[in-house]
Amino acid sequence: MQDTMSEEELIEEQIKHNIFLTTVDKVYNWGRRSSMWPVAFGLACCAFEFIATGMARYDLSRFGMEIMRPSPRQADLMIVAGTITHKMAPQVLRIYNQMPEPKYVLAMGNCAISGGPFPSYAVLQGANEILPVDVYVPGCPPRPEALLEGIMKLHDKVMHQSIKTVPWYK
Amino acid sequence: MTNEEILSKLRERFPEVVVDVPELIDFTVAIKPEAVVDVARFLHDECGLDYLALLTAVDQTERFEVVYHLWSIKDRTTEPFVLKAYIEDKENPTVPSVTPLWRGASYQEREAYDLMGIRFEGHPNPKRILLWEGFPGHPLRKDFENRTYTFEELKPTRPTGPEW
Repeated sequence: MQDTMSEEELIEEQIKHNIFLTTVDKVYNWGRRSSMWPVAFGLACCAFEFIATGMARYDLSRFGMEIMRPSPRQADLMIVAGTITHKMAPQVLRIYNQMPEPKYVLAMGNCAISGGPFPSYAVLQGANEILPVDVYVPGCPPRPEALLEGIMKLHDKVMHQSIKTVPWYK
Repeated sequence: MTNEEILSKLRERFPEVVVDVPELIDFTVAIKPEAVVDVARFLHDECGLDYLALLTAVDQTERFEVVYHLWSIKDRTTEPFVLKAYIEDKENPTVPSVTPLWRGASYQEREAYDLMGIRFEGHPNPKRILLWEGFPGHPLRKDFENRTYTFEELKPTRPTGPEW
């Protein structure tokens, strides 16, 4: 078959197999969502579900997230897993401020969403009082499958962002 | 030594210190707060009560009570000797600290100060332990309004400085 095709057609054939055309957005977003590194930030019981999600049965490693960086400077996702007390709130904010952009926040569990079962003088009623949350995962604690669904929603959000409109490049 | 023996020894040693012996589930002896140091030292040295398991404060509406649960490890007591200090002064409740006698009282007195506002004189580290110094009020008092706070509301009460 290659004998009967002209040179241009041969080149086109090769191009189809070897050159991929895409947009900068897609590659950039794909790279970011495939290897999001969470900062290991478990505060209370949800931390255990987060750890369970990272273990063998519900693996976070298949999403590229098995490296939970202890240092916020090397992470780009903050999973707020657990109750934020008023005493801890400034430190949570401090860790968030130390993360370099692009960064995302996932509020895991009812306590991080809105104070959970604790309408108390000592509990901050929701992480969105101090942080800009991207995805909320409800549950007390959310099952690992629910957390994975939340992470996949976050991946969707990342894939649909465009370099032209993201807040950190303005 | 049984609790009743301890009570009779206490009565003969300090004649007027016992204010009340209320009928509660545990054997309880109530004293005035000024006498806490002497009574505690007597109980520790001479009655062999060497383990303080619990130190809390209670807000009965017309007075505060500071509750001490004392056990003896060497005598292997099976029930606590409960000592209560009735504090009538609700504006400025103070009681001497028993931390020099029983080390375990240290954190528990800080917690009673933090949540009830009772000051312990002679405590080596009289700081709030669960909340921070500027927090408005003492939450476990009966007259504390039980509500939630927003982050912005509590922002001016927080300490400032290089490490914050």
